Amino acid sequence: MTDTGSPRSSALRRRLSQINPVWVLLVLLIAAIIFMNPRFVEPTGYMNFLKRAAPLAILAAGQVYVIVSGGFDLSVGSLITLVVVGSSMLTNNDPAATYWVIPLMLTMGLGVGAINGLIVCFLRVPSLIATLGMMITLNGLAFLWSGGAPRGYLPDTFRFFGRELIRDVPLVRFIPVSVLVLIVVVGVFAWAMHRTNLGRHIHAIGDNPVAARLAGVPVNRVRITAFMISGLSGAIAGILLGGFAGVSTDVGAGYELQAITAAVLGGAQLLGGKGSVPAAFGGALALTAIFTLLNFLGLPQPVRQVVQGLILIAAVALAMHRRKQTGT
Amino acid sequence: MSIASDTRPTRKGFRFDRWAPLLLLGGAFSIYVAVAIATGQTQYLTFDNLIAILGRSIALGITAIGQTFVILVASIDLSVASLISATAVLASVVMDGSPAMILPAVLAAIALGGIVGLANGLVIIGLKVNPLIATLGMSLIIQGCLSAFVSNFAGEVPSAFQVFAYGEVGPFPFALLFLAALAVLAWGVLRFTKFGSDMYAVGGNEEAARFAGIKTGRIVILSHIICSVCASIAGLYLASRLRSGAPWIGSDGVYDLESIAVVVIGGTILAGGRGGIWGTMAGMLIFSLIDSVFNIAGVDSYAKQVLRGVIIVAAVAFYAINSKRIVA
Repeated sequence: MTDTGSPRSSALRRRLSQINPVWVLLVLLIAAIIFMNPRFVEPTGYMNFLKRAAPLAILAAGQVYVIVSGGFDLSVGSLITLVVVGSSMLTNNDPAATYWVIPLMLTMGLGVGAINGLIVCFLRVPSLIATLGMMITLNGLAFLWSGGAPRGYLPDTFRFFGRELIRDVPLVRFIPVSVLVLIVVVGVFAWAMHRTNLGRHIHAIGDNPVAARLAGVPVNRVRITAFMISGLSGAIAGILLGGFAGVSTDVGAGYELQAITAAVLGGAQLLGGKGSVPAAFGGALALTAIFTLLNFLGLPQPVRQVVQGLILIAAVALAMHRRKQTGT
Repeated sequence: MSIASDTRPTRKGFRFDRWAPLLLLGGAFSIYVAVAIATGQTQYLTFDNLIAILGRSIALGITAIGQTFVILVASIDLSVASLISATAVLASVVMDGSPAMILPAVLAAIALGGIVGLANGLVIIGLKVNPLIATLGMSLIIQGCLSAFVSNFAGEVPSAFQVFAYGEVGPFPFALLFLAALAVLAWGVLRFTKFGSDMYAVGGNEEAARFAGIKTGRIVILSHIICSVCASIAGLYLASRLRSGAPWIGSDGVYDLESIAVVVIGGTILAGGRGGIWGTMAGMLIFSLIDSVFNIAGVDSYAKQVLRGVIIVAAVAFYAINSKRIVA
């Protein structure tokens, strides 16, 4: 790289190159959406967008923990299905049951994550296979539990988190409850990842597990925690999705790959050591914006698939190109 | 240097990881025999029935042979399932019931496989995109293009080509002999050619391989081409078996994840550089034996799925548990 500019311009360039490209992408996509549909700037427009993006954004924030620690979590999609199906079986149309079903589902998410972590740490099964096995198992459990034909109702108390709006809020008129959940979850996850020792430990074991262990990081405990956080995010996303959509045995299908895509769009490095929760949140918003845009353009589902594939490859290729240029 | 890189026992003699797939296969086979005897269905123990069991997993076996090549060089291919659908449709559309078009159809299918493999390899090597993401993106692109044109069974396979799936040579189905021949060929390539040993070198330590003068990029691209061509052969087999191609046959069979599971159960490690074809073949046999055990024992199909997930993890844990390396 030849540096012909003045010190100030090179400093500016350095500042610019530190901006995560996912935010540029997001701004461009939002601008395109507004161009296509000017009503998007009204609260109804962008709040509905955020509401729709919430489950994916929460999942992506959880997935970043596992990706930064050096693994994958493919089990979150079927965990969502199990949460939705299980909640509908357990609540059994009884509104009062919500109060113990939701904590139970969150515990189940943590439990599934803990089992994933234990399998990876103590049975030494690579996480790709461990969580793939978990994905197949949980899908089977969801079918087994519902007998293949889940009942179609969740009580309104359960759907509160996914569906209700808080009205009469100044400035924005209304806020969907799911957006509040999104803000709280992503905020807490971002804080834990970037401001606490846990986050530093997760980065350390993803970057170089041997060095981390020699430096005194409790590698297994940290790795299990990462999987538990991802499991928890799956359970939360499942509760939100149960509120939007009906009960079926394929509500969660495909979410695991979308979550990984969102995290990667946000610059998370597969196989560990680098990644950011806010950027994964941006990645999830960008991915949802792409889908929204393709919807506006009236493109059929197959084209959306092709575009998603191209964007995925292009995003990673661009990230690798930048990494090579900046030498990190 | 690194204390955690797997410290292999220096003494010669019994090497557990080499024999693990065979032990697993023996275990699966004895369970099969035990279940057949316990439920009094000894008719399942005949030679013909064992051949029939093998016959059911030929497409998986062919795909897994290809997958072994990419996993050996520490890559992975998630695009095989949609490539299988694409080649099956392509072949059956080109043939369209006319025996004269068999050769062009086969060539077209294999050429498609070669092109996809080349594209995968170039994206991974040239653009430095993580193989998981590159092939996942490729899978979305192929599936999207395919479903844009075809939504149901398309074309027709002439009866002359159905010999591939239904023909018999003596007591053996033709396809089984073909699979065996393909396995021997793959074993020969890995065992006796320079390309084979280069693959192990690249998978074991890419940097060291490069310093040793191996053109590592070329090796990885070539493995991807082999993998995709194997997948397109599996697509041809399925088209011949189903007498027509449909855009969902690959994803229905979950050939992407199942072929990876088969390879890993066969003792090839995801980190690359260790494993082989015979392990993969053992993995394929284990999978089909497990399925048969479920069928004989009359396990409910949902419970079958749950057990399947558990078995995949348990089988990988069976030999991974002793390794000293830190996995993620």
